[in-house]
Amino acid sequence: MKSQRLQRMAVTSASSLLAVFVALCICAVILLITGKDPIEAYKTLFGAAGDTKVLQGALNRATPLMISAAAVAIGFKMNLFNIGVEGQMRVSLLATAVAGAAIRLPAPLHVLFCLIVAMATGALWAAFAGWLKVKRGVNEVISTIMLNFVALSLVAWAFDSFFRVESTTGSLLVKTKELPTSAWFPDIVDRRLNGMFFIAVLVLVLFYVLVWKTKFGFQLRASGANPGASRVTGVNPKRMIMISMLLSGALAGLVGMRALLGDVHAYQNNLAEQQGFNGIAVALLGRNHPLGIFISALLFGYLGEASGRLQLIDIPKEITTIMTGIIVLAVVIINEAVKRWDDRRIQHKAALALEAVAVPA
Amino acid sequence: MTEHSHLGNQLAVELHGITKRFPGVIANHDIELLVRPGTIHAIVGENGAGKSTLMKTLYGMHQPDEGTITVNGNLVQFKTPTDAIAAGIGMVHQHFMLADNLTITENIILGDEPVDGRGRIKFKEARERIETLMKSLGATFDPNTNVSELGVGQRQRVEILKVLYRGAKILILDEPTAVLVPQEVDELFTTLKRLVADGATVIFISHKLDEVLAYCDEITVIRQGTTVAHTTPSQVNRRSLAELMVGSDLPDPSGRETKIGTDVRLQVTGLNLAGEIVGAKLALEDINVAVHSGEIVGIAGVEGNGQFELCESILGLRTILSGSISVCGQELSHAETRERINMGLSYIPFDRHREGLLLDAPLWENTFLGREENSSLTNGPFISRSKIESDCRSIIDRFGVLTPSEQVPAFALSGGNQQKLVVGREMASDPKVLLAAHPTRGVDVGAQAAIWDELRHARDNGLGVLLISADLEELIGLSDRILVMFDGRVTAHLDPATATPEMLGTYMTGEEQGVAQ
Repeated sequence: MKSQRLQRMAVTSASSLLAVFVALCICAVILLITGKDPIEAYKTLFGAAGDTKVLQGALNRATPLMISAAAVAIGFKMNLFNIGVEGQMRVSLLATAVAGAAIRLPAPLHVLFCLIVAMATGALWAAFAGWLKVKRGVNEVISTIMLNFVALSLVAWAFDSFFRVESTTGSLLVKTKELPTSAWFPDIVDRRLNGMFFIAVLVLVLFYVLVWKTKFGFQLRASGANPGASRVTGVNPKRMIMISMLLSGALAGLVGMRALLGDVHAYQNNLAEQQGFNGIAVALLGRNHPLGIFISALLFGYLGEASGRLQLIDIPKEITTIMTGIIVLAVVIINEAVKRWDDRRIQHKAALALEAVAVPA
Repeated sequence: MTEHSHLGNQLAVELHGITKRFPGVIANHDIELLVRPGTIHAIVGENGAGKSTLMKTLYGMHQPDEGTITVNGNLVQFKTPTDAIAAGIGMVHQHFMLADNLTITENIILGDEPVDGRGRIKFKEARERIETLMKSLGATFDPNTNVSELGVGQRQRVEILKVLYRGAKILILDEPTAVLVPQEVDELFTTLKRLVADGATVIFISHKLDEVLAYCDEITVIRQGTTVAHTTPSQVNRRSLAELMVGSDLPDPSGRETKIGTDVRLQVTGLNLAGEIVGAKLALEDINVAVHSGEIVGIAGVEGNGQFELCESILGLRTILSGSISVCGQELSHAETRERINMGLSYIPFDRHREGLLLDAPLWENTFLGREENSSLTNGPFISRSKIESDCRSIIDRFGVLTPSEQVPAFALSGGNQQKLVVGREMASDPKVLLAAHPTRGVDVGAQAAIWDELRHARDNGLGVLLISADLEELIGLSDRILVMFDGRVTAHLDPATATPEMLGTYMTGEEQGVAQ
């Protein structure tokens, strides 16, 4: 009966692929309307896949997307929509940049220290939203959006008032004090692919094991799927909300680490911008499953990386942003339609199987 | 309004060879139904026999694949319920479709409002028409009352008025008595008799044989999607009719050979629970219940009189004001729910969809729900899928859950099989005390018999059961003692050996209190 599971997986993947295909078609129409040749555009966009440098860049871009999608997905599994990954990430970026620059440790320990600070501060910021929901019943969608604004402004103010240092190279960008090299996360391919990629893959593997293989993960999914049913079995819904918000926030804290520890090595205002929000799209396309998230993150990373090529043939690279948006819309709509169809299919199949058993008896 | 032509021998409704297929299932086949005008015609059959499918066909909610429908001698084809209404057919649904915040008049005219030339609703005219209709029904309420103030029986009468207002001469009532206590059932049939005397025809869907035999003129029996008999109450008795319905021997809730144990499994003493709103009256007031090993204690009561709150309090899902709860002598009044479950407390919830199942999850995950502490199903902090699956298969076998495998999602199962799965899960951990809320609600006779058997078997092995049910025969048949709950209090202790459904009804409505021996 393993085949049943495989079938469900095939249906799920097919519906996501269909969504991507539909999005490509819609974007082709948009390109046509703006007087560009969609075939040429897609040739350029996907032709870039032959280039190792583009692929390395795609993996590099996929790294934060995987982590932030996992942060969103762990919330979704419990029916919590954490839109606050961006804000949680921002708080932890500044905190880590400042704490990391303030101490001296041998290399691996220093990196570990930074990652722990990042997770702790991300979790702390997410805990506000969790606390509001548990204690006051505030919808987490509202509170996390609002806390995003608070985080953005608070971090900008703190950075500007206390932590900025004037640039020594004459660059206009102001940053915090640079991290010592012991806190740098090493590259796999110099300046192209950072080692945080492995951390992101590890996050997805641990996410899978935790949510699908442990008792705790089962309770988490059960409370997400039917809060009423898990409540009567003694699972404390408030506790589950708090734990999943903390986990989600801890992952959110890690999202910006590729940019901070692996690239810029100091906090600046646009560091890792939007990567928290983009995780929502990746989680949706990946159906909150680690494998799906991995593939979706690669796709989005690739689109981002290859979009530069479009400019060479005079097509604005923003078309890939539009594509990303349309993919998300298409995913939401098509997934729902496919799920209804598949539910009916399963029900009929079950009925047929029972008839087949009943008739000879 | 009462004018109607005498059509001699012409039938009100005539169905021939009706077949309706749904993908994978034949819901109805070769249905033959003849309904004479001016009669109450009962359609009986167990759950899932195809009664509702048939009535939906007659009401135009879907079209039959084969067969003909004749109404008052005219061959008809209904594309939508609107066509059926135009032909004088009306349907009173099992679930009321009334807007609580509107008056009776507003509810009745909703969607069919008489308007004047300027688009204003002619309330006066509507009210007059409704008052005439009410007189013919023998209903006495004020049409300006808000529906929220009405009781269940009265709401049902408003539903009937709604249908009559639209000019229906043939009324279909889908299990109208499921929500009524025995006294209200009497009133309903008095109303229906008046309607029939005025020339209407009533098609009455039910699986409660006593009322069918007592009040209906003719009976058509449906079994496994087809009509198997057409008879009258004078030609059959309860048992023979039931056997026609089931097609085999009947299950019986009663019977016990073992003795009730002496040790108290569940003890509730002086339990008080605050109401939902601060300052409101208590939701539960001074509840005292003891369940011994090998004993089934039944709780009768109209839904909403504290049964749900009692279960939630025993499970520790609500913080009680005062009183104590103990399981097997262990005081648990302030323990966490999980702790109580680990002590051997088990719960078949009121609503299997809302509180019993993960509908989208496979069956094996459903049978694991709430049993995460069971070390035979886990490896330390990890779940053991293979062990859970084989455990699930044994539950499926033991309780006769009809399913292709343990991998199908729970929503693919019929209601009866879902219920068997929930009951199976709750019994699988060998509980000491079982809170069983409506354990056989909405399941077919076969599943009901299986569930009763398991309850009896577990009881004989020492399980203490607190049984909450709206099925009075189930309560009387299974229970060793019956408590009646009314308005958050236990108002009566009854002996099932002497109790009758009518007697229970009297206590359930709060008309009488005390101990009946």
